[in-house]
Amino acid sequence: MFDITLLWEVRGLILQGFWNTLWICFTGCLLALSLGLVLAALRLANPRLFSYPVACYVELCRGTPLLILLFLLYYGGPSIGLTLSASVAGVVGLGFYGAGYFAEIYRGGFKSIPKGQLEAARMLGISRWHALTRIQIPQMARLIVPPGTNQLIILVKESALISIISVDDLTKNATTIVNQTFQVIEPYLAVALLYWLMIELIARGGYALEKRLANRQPRPAAQQGATPHVHG
Amino acid sequence: MLEILFNHYPVLLEGLATTLVVSLSAIALGLVLGVLLAFGLTSRYGLLRWPCGLYRSFWRGTPILLQLLLVYYLLPEVGIEIAPITAAILTLTLNTAAFQSEIFRSGISHIPAGQIEAARMAGISAWQTRRRIIMPQVFRLTLPPLTNEIITILKNSSLISVIAVTELMRVSEQIASRTFQPLETYLAAALLYLAVNLVLARFSAHLERRMSGGLATE
Repeated sequence: MFDITLLWEVRGLILQGFWNTLWICFTGCLLALSLGLVLAALRLANPRLFSYPVACYVELCRGTPLLILLFLLYYGGPSIGLTLSASVAGVVGLGFYGAGYFAEIYRGGFKSIPKGQLEAARMLGISRWHALTRIQIPQMARLIVPPGTNQLIILVKESALISIISVDDLTKNATTIVNQTFQVIEPYLAVALLYWLMIELIARGGYALEKRLANRQPRPAAQQGATPHVHG
Repeated sequence: MLEILFNHYPVLLEGLATTLVVSLSAIALGLVLGVLLAFGLTSRYGLLRWPCGLYRSFWRGTPILLQLLLVYYLLPEVGIEIAPITAAILTLTLNTAAFQSEIFRSGISHIPAGQIEAARMAGISAWQTRRRIIMPQVFRLTLPPLTNEIITILKNSSLISVIAVTELMRVSEQIASRTFQPLETYLAAALLYLAVNLVLARFSAHLERRMSGGLATE
């Protein structure tokens, strides 16, 4: 039933799709991570001005499907003079969509550091900058790695949607192979395995990073019993 | 955008109704399957734990779009004719069951072991313990992640437009191609999704406040 030679014959399409999925996910996630950081920083720097707009943006990302966002960019964009190629629309869509989630993750990490630590640092004459880079960021990094890894995994899986706006990614090429060979199981299962592999690697990477960060310095009492590492 | 909403609201609302029916049936069916899987995942027997873990890993580890295509094209291959909407509900159910099983598993692990031991001591059967003692608390404990899952499924239901189910996304595609106003149409659809999800989130927060009493964990 499972014909492995068929997969060998279509390896070109699978590899092309894999490469496109890889680079679009990579750039999209990078955009999401950095834009999310900017949003979270704006909100923390000037809550009175930015809290509301950033919160609205986050709600927008959480409440609407990525597919709608991609369609807005790719099909709706041209009517306001924004013409993007399908793969660029994919990167921008993933990036802006993910940014809303990452902004919340960063903020959550920042908020969970006890205020007393900052007050103590000020009492000891440690500068605000030093307190940020030596006290807040190292602790926050540890806290945001598990939910951050989760979100990256979600983005990689959601990246399959760019096939609908005609990017030749893994999912689209799998469908092309299905239509050419009339075999359903082999292409889809092979591609599913490739996604699974990518996700497993991200999960392992996140777990390793979490362990490394945890070993670097003793845990503050507030974070005993860190969040379980759950991906999905 | 408002013009689109006013001119096409009957079809848009019809699409939204389909979206809601498909999502909510998948959530309800997935809840049953998810609870059973969670029992499997927390079972004493490795022979039960292992297949449940594999199921969870596969359905959480691959894109839902791929799962949908696999279900939709694979079943006819093996001789099962299936309507698009059935395939949609089936895929969303199998997918959400995996995510819900993980939510329930984590909820079950938060119930103090002493309660279960006490129940056993009192001669309450294992199923009665699950039904009357564990699950009522688990549902309360897991309400926030469960709400997130419902919202995720509502958002993911937009994918079923790919296999030609005329839900909200598909309807907006049709309107967009007729009116040549993709921006306005998709904005209108986004607004509808957003409204439903905001209402859901608010309702869940309200429930959570009301049910927060009476939990024995801490």
